Amino acid sequence: MTVAASLKSKSIWPGITLRWSSATLIFALFVIISFIVIAVTIPLWSPYDPVGMAGRRLQPPSALHWCGTDALGRDVLTRALWGTRYSLPIAVFVLGVAVPVGVLLGTAAGFFGGIIDNAVMRLADVTLAFPPVLLAMAIAASLGPGLVNTAVALIIVWWPIYARLMRAQVLNVKKLDHVDAAVIAGAGRFRILFKHIMPLCWSPILVNTTMDVGLVILLASGLSFIGLGAQPPAPEWGQMVAEGASNFYSWWIALAPGMAIFLISISSNFLGDALRDVLDPQVKLPA
Amino acid sequence: MLEVVLRRLFVMPFLLLGIVTATFILAQFTKGNPLVSIIGAKALTNPEVVAAAKKRWGLDRSIPERYVIYVKNLARGDLGVSFRTKQPVLADLAQRLPATLELVICAMIVGAASGLLLGVISAQFHDRAADHAARFIALLGSCLPIYWLGLLVLFLFTVQLPWLPGPGRLDLRAEQIEPVTGFMLVDTLLVDSWNAFVDAALHLVLPALVLGWSVTGIVSRMVRASLLDVMKQDFITMARAKGASATRVLVHHALRNALIPALTILGFTFAYLITGSVLVEAIFSWPGIGSYAVEAARALDYPAITGVTIIGGLGFLIANLLTDIAYAAADPRMRGAAA
Repeated sequence: MTVAASLKSKSIWPGITLRWSSATLIFALFVIISFIVIAVTIPLWSPYDPVGMAGRRLQPPSALHWCGTDALGRDVLTRALWGTRYSLPIAVFVLGVAVPVGVLLGTAAGFFGGIIDNAVMRLADVTLAFPPVLLAMAIAASLGPGLVNTAVALIIVWWPIYARLMRAQVLNVKKLDHVDAAVIAGAGRFRILFKHIMPLCWSPILVNTTMDVGLVILLASGLSFIGLGAQPPAPEWGQMVAEGASNFYSWWIALAPGMAIFLISISSNFLGDALRDVLDPQVKLPA
Repeated sequence: MLEVVLRRLFVMPFLLLGIVTATFILAQFTKGNPLVSIIGAKALTNPEVVAAAKKRWGLDRSIPERYVIYVKNLARGDLGVSFRTKQPVLADLAQRLPATLELVICAMIVGAASGLLLGVISAQFHDRAADHAARFIALLGSCLPIYWLGLLVLFLFTVQLPWLPGPGRLDLRAEQIEPVTGFMLVDTLLVDSWNAFVDAALHLVLPALVLGWSVTGIVSRMVRASLLDVMKQDFITMARAKGASATRVLVHHALRNALIPALTILGFTFAYLITGSVLVEAIFSWPGIGSYAVEAARALDYPAITGVTIIGGLGFLIANLLTDIAYAAADPRMRGAAA
């Protein structure tokens, strides 16, 4: 599962070798940094108006419109670039809430045990008993379509994963000798938790979070695709693919946004892999 | 083994009740006015129509009362009546379930076979170019947005290269096949229509490949890790020392042991396939549960949404139970063991 450090090196030109793992890491960093830069600076250099007409309707790609225009004559590339402003924040927001909540509850469950453990884990069990997309759909539908509600739905779907992961970590670390030593030395409960247990629990959480960026974007754009997330005319990627699907013969409409989702999701995977190698080669995450 | 399965069986009713309660609570958060979708926005001004509709759907009771009614109805298999189709949700779902099962089973076969193949290649060529290539192919499947991929292959193989039929389960111009089992591959054979069978099979190719590829990565990662683990063990060295060929060591000694842990992810894969099938069905106009869920969500058809969610949760529970049983049955060490 890990890209072992002993990868067979392949020489590209004399003196410089590139391993597969380094190549993927460079690629991932390049994509992620570019996307962040685009998201921040796009208003300054946007080629066209993302929601206004830029030319004739349904034009195939040309020098003027690199990715063509859609059914309303909007420039597809421009819209795909603006799409970073939807997908990246949603991933940050969802994981920014779901991970701390999951980690906190998981830590409490693992450390205190008893009734807290039972309450948290049964809640997690019930949430995880649903196929994620169905639960997210049900939540998003009952809160009403929209990007914020989609994010809320994804948070509800995502926190139990981290609660389980963190609980397992805490339970494992709790058994280690240095924790016993700290207990004998008379350290307080919270000192033991924060100083002796939690610092050893972070790596899988960090690796998982990195990998989940891609998954959150995939699922969020999927919900937008079926009409529950971002609403038209927002240039959100999933919503753009849906527009492409309703203009089936104009294949270029869906091309750029789908590619963008793919690039960010594979990059988050590569980055997660690289992080795992750096942080702890021994760690094995549940699949 | 028995204990594991029994423990699963024991918690199942509680999980089910949890699922039911969760969906009920969800329904209470509903923002939109469901009355609009029952009687239409125009009739909202007519108090008599509104009162009658409220009474019919139990919307005039208190929340605890509604919960009791709700659980009682569910226990009788009554999932309510869809606002949209005016049919009992259970009947709707039963009618659409075979299409989804057919697709998911085919996709599961695609995913398991490709995952097994890539996983074995990965492990055999550990950390060499073939390993990276195999893992990359598997990773692509889980990173490509499935609905986008579906759209592209549909365009590529039905319009650009007209090799395969378009969306749906059967050619619309062909004679209708009377559903018996609901499984098109079976029904077409039951009426002895070979042409229709081929047509149905060709319609399955693209959605099953796209959906199957999305779980290839899960399977191949598990097979790879598990095979690498087994290959390090003494009995493999022993088999090699006795002069068994590489193929024999792999097939007879390593794979049999490596596949048992790989079985544990089948239930997990099912959740992914359900997720994927919602999106794939939407792209391929596949008349299954997934597209039903999408239609229901778009129309804010709450009984239908709730029904799909409950059935999905139930299906997931059953898949996990079957996984446990398969695991216990496949591993001789688990047979008759206490835990």
